Amino acid sequence: MTFDDIIKYVESKAAGKSSTIEGKEVILVSPDNWSEVSTLLKNESELDFDYLMCISSYDKGDNKTYGAAYNFYSLIKQHYLEVRVETEDGTAIPSVTSLWQTADWHEREAFDMMGIIFEGHPNLKRILLSEDWEGYPLRKDYKEPDYYHGMPVPKDKTYWD
Amino acid sequence: MDATLLERFDKDNIVVEKLDTLINWSRANSQWYFQFGLACCAIEMMATAAPRHDLERFGAMPRATPRQSDVMIVAGTVTLKMAERVKRLFEQMADPKYVISMGSCSNSGGPYWQYGYHVLKGVDLVVPVDVYVPGCPPRPEALLQGLLELQKKIKTETPLRKQA
Repeated sequence: MTFDDIIKYVESKAAGKSSTIEGKEVILVSPDNWSEVSTLLKNESELDFDYLMCISSYDKGDNKTYGAAYNFYSLIKQHYLEVRVETEDGTAIPSVTSLWQTADWHEREAFDMMGIIFEGHPNLKRILLSEDWEGYPLRKDYKEPDYYHGMPVPKDKTYWD
Repeated sequence: MDATLLERFDKDNIVVEKLDTLINWSRANSQWYFQFGLACCAIEMMATAAPRHDLERFGAMPRATPRQSDVMIVAGTVTLKMAERVKRLFEQMADPKYVISMGSCSNSGGPYWQYGYHVLKGVDLVVPVDVYVPGCPPRPEALLQGLLELQKKIKTETPLRKQA
């Protein structure tokens, strides 16, 4: 299926639950509709997205809108799809761990780095940084700490000489 | 064996030497290193230990526990999360213990120098380093030289003298 066919198919099954971004082959889904659309992508035999390749998180730059971009591939139908789910003011995004096991660690990474909450995740805790780390480093407004457990974390060595 | 010590042997395999020299000689030539790697430098450390470069001809062999190790080769990027583990492992090693800092990351933070919010800017902030090996990553020859420099350093020690 081409991208246009996929949009038409998703629209026929779940009307008004997704939108497209101008000039990009991406569908945008709100967190409220995401569990319904994700189930559709996985279970409809026409779409059959059995492979979640990656989840990337991004920061829109207004200090409140963060997004997760899901890249899907169907090993049987051999077509791709990118879905973006954007959240504002710390609203949770439904977890897709029950549909794609891969999402477990990817969602934990998005939580660790960008602070996106995934509702229904079995074990949502930091995956890379230590558990007592403060802040989410990939956010644009992140300020790195001066010290971590007594160890200096400066940009510039001169000020702790 | 130390060439100078070897030349002192007269007939009947007898040599008169300070006990310090004997202890230093045995310490310097059995530098069992702690077998752990943190990043890509570990690959070069493995290459150094492998037959082509053969670290073992200098008496250095890997030990998988801090209890049996004499030298810790910090091979790779020391993240803040790992730094605490490195410090704890160093504390678990028995005296005398030495540290070789291998590669730019462990010397100074390397490419994470400016924007690495999660990287320790030099492992010397948590453990005392004896020899720094520059490179990103250092070639096996560089690590070999680092070990030989450490041997030179050990041979200047006076282990029997009372510590102040």
